[in-house]
Amino acid sequence: MHELDPVATFRQEAADLLEELEQTLLDLNANPAARDLIDAAFRAMHTIKGSGAMFGFTDVATFTHDFETAFDLLRKSGAQPSPRLIEVALAGTDHIRALIEDSAGTDPVFGDAILSDLRELLGQAAPDLHDAASATREPVSARPAVRYGLTLRFAPDVTVNGTNPLLLLDELRGLGDCVVEPLLDRLPPLGELDVAECHVGWRVDLTTDKPRSAIEDVFMFVLDDMELDIAEQSDASPLAPNIAPAPARAATPAERADAAEPVVAAVPEVASRADDRGSTVRVQAERLDRLMDRVGELVIAQARLSQLAHNRREPALQAVAEEIERLSAGLRDTAMGLRMMPIGTLFARFRRLVHDLSGELGKPLEFVTSGEETELDKTMIERLADPLVHVIRNAVDHGLETPDVRLAAGKGETGLIRLSARHIGAEVHVSVRDDGRGLDLARIRAKAEEQGLLTPGAPASESELVQLLFAPGFSTAREVSALSGRGVGMDVVKQTIEAMRGHIDVTSAPGQGSTFTMRLPLTLAIIEGLLVRVANGRYVIPLSAVEECIELDRRDDQRSAGRSFLNVRGALVPFLRLREAFGETDAPGEHQKVVVVAAGQSRVGLVVDQILGHHQTVIKSLSRLHADVGAFSGATIMGDGLPALILDVGQLVGGRARPVHGDREAA
Amino acid sequence: MMASVSGQSTTRVVMLGLGDELFAVDAAAVREILDPVPVTRVPGARDFAPGVINVRGSVIPLADLRVRFGMTAAAATADTRFLVLEIAMEGDPSPMVAGIVADKVYEVTEIEIPSPDATPRVGMSWPADMVAGIALWKGDFVVVPNFTAILN
Repeated sequence: MHELDPVATFRQEAADLLEELEQTLLDLNANPAARDLIDAAFRAMHTIKGSGAMFGFTDVATFTHDFETAFDLLRKSGAQPSPRLIEVALAGTDHIRALIEDSAGTDPVFGDAILSDLRELLGQAAPDLHDAASATREPVSARPAVRYGLTLRFAPDVTVNGTNPLLLLDELRGLGDCVVEPLLDRLPPLGELDVAECHVGWRVDLTTDKPRSAIEDVFMFVLDDMELDIAEQSDASPLAPNIAPAPARAATPAERADAAEPVVAAVPEVASRADDRGSTVRVQAERLDRLMDRVGELVIAQARLSQLAHNRREPALQAVAEEIERLSAGLRDTAMGLRMMPIGTLFARFRRLVHDLSGELGKPLEFVTSGEETELDKTMIERLADPLVHVIRNAVDHGLETPDVRLAAGKGETGLIRLSARHIGAEVHVSVRDDGRGLDLARIRAKAEEQGLLTPGAPASESELVQLLFAPGFSTAREVSALSGRGVGMDVVKQTIEAMRGHIDVTSAPGQGSTFTMRLPLTLAIIEGLLVRVANGRYVIPLSAVEECIELDRRDDQRSAGRSFLNVRGALVPFLRLREAFGETDAPGEHQKVVVVAAGQSRVGLVVDQILGHHQTVIKSLSRLHADVGAFSGATIMGDGLPALILDVGQLVGGRARPVHGDREAA
Repeated sequence: MMASVSGQSTTRVVMLGLGDELFAVDAAAVREILDPVPVTRVPGARDFAPGVINVRGSVIPLADLRVRFGMTAAAATADTRFLVLEIAMEGDPSPMVAGIVADKVYEVTEIEIPSPDATPRVGMSWPADMVAGIALWKGDFVVVPNFTAILN
């Protein structure tokens, strides 16, 4: 059903590699002396270049090549990367990303500018690659030329992964004088020869002043799958014209002794990386969704089985039914767990954001994250990204003071942004805390009055003022800076969070900073609901929105022709008759109930015929054929196999639902 | 006898009856044919898509082409079937899965689908975009519906 598109696979892998590269660069920025980070950055670039070339992304390969060279230089020279180099490399990462995304739509000017910056930097740091490579660790003069005898044999399928052995030989030639002889002893008979396979080995006589590790580095990406013997020749004489046949040369005893010591240096490192990769499997989200569907189906079938078993009163059958109940509940939990991902994958992205913001705004700051291991539904993690970007931007832009103001206020020059996540009950709390000036309530009030969101002089509590931050249209005027970017306002942040059945809280202390906390349910896939009946239909009201259930007083019922308000312990609560809203025409029964629901600040009573009970289930989205029906956010499947619709309380309470009865289409 | 002279290739279709009309649905789009299952009404939905059904754990919309084509919807009989279709929609990578009601399903057969241009516009009261073409089968006219337009 799903063709495996190699280009799509490359894009996916490249995206991961770029992410990894970006993190490595940022780590390197914090810790320039870490050699393993330089190696990691180099490897990521090398792989992007190699696989880019293989899948026809030649511009990516060409562009990445220079960065690879620069980092190779760093690797070899032992020099530390300058912050400026990291900056350019980060810009390069962005450019590679753009090239992979849409090569044709990317202006080569950007790439050229980045490359010229890079060359300029390299020019300062190291005028010549070879000089630099030998400058720090091995001064040229201190190291006499050594003669090595190398035997190379690649795995037959070496070219499948894009490795070209001839290029590696060329690279060897770059190290010093070389004599290369092919080893043809493993060639299969012509009839069995697969032209795509490499059966040729090479024997290389290399005289170089570079260390042995330089030779190993040439093969660092294929070392696992090849035989490589590096033997130091006893005679360090300059290369003698070598016309002796290879077998004879390979037979000298000295060489054999040397050859018995294979190269293992790079192996442990490679193995540890392989461990990292091996522990996860990449699965299409769509397949997980299908698995969830099947599991949902199983749970429903199991509920019917339990019902039958219960009616039959047959102990053996009941035992089996209970066993299956237990198993399917376990299976459901496991399947749910598959969708959970640590939120750290999201946090990692913000390091770059904060790094850039700090530079642009001239606010030195420390970015601390905690709770990366907290797990959340994958879809939610994706949907959380934009709101978090906005909140973090706000914290850096508006929350933190400039260094001089901080110093004047007796704080350290460096600001602190703390991003954390943790489990609290069945919720995940994600919070962004800054140690800046805190919310300026007077300013919020002034602005709200100016924008007509608040009557001048009207009393407003602190929490009401804070809520104004999330009012549509608030706080947009001042933010036409490069930072405000996508035009996402705090109202959109709030909407996004509430669409995930979450809430956002703000606490603030003047001079000490503010905290934005997003409270989210663990998963979008499951809902705790109140099952109600309206006429013959069953509907689910999300339990998180339900405040209380009360009897509809007959007097209120009859009086409501003129006004639809209830008196709930002194508070005026408007109510909505779901029968009318759903276009049910027959008369309601005697004892109607009111389910009082809340969304944001407003409360509404929903009049239903009967409250059937509590229902926990898997949410199914409605198709686009029903996308225009605002009153429902999805559907669920009941124990008897019938779908029931889930009410969208926000739409109902906000009155944004379209009139849901009458013929809107005269098809 | 009908002579096949146009040289057009034939398409495998499911032949079904709706009211007095015959409809030919591309067999490749038909995922399964079911006996009627209970329908959950969606209040406020458009008339031709009155509800949703549970097809093996998925909630899918049920569309009534009879309403869409302005026929009177007859009550379900022993012949009534639901067809589950997978329809590619514009701007959506995954196809839409939807059910349609058929008064009767006749057979799976091969017919020639004429090009849309060959469909006369005069003499048809249905919106033109909902009909991909009119074909002939055993001497009867057969409507080839365009689901992308119908289910929009």
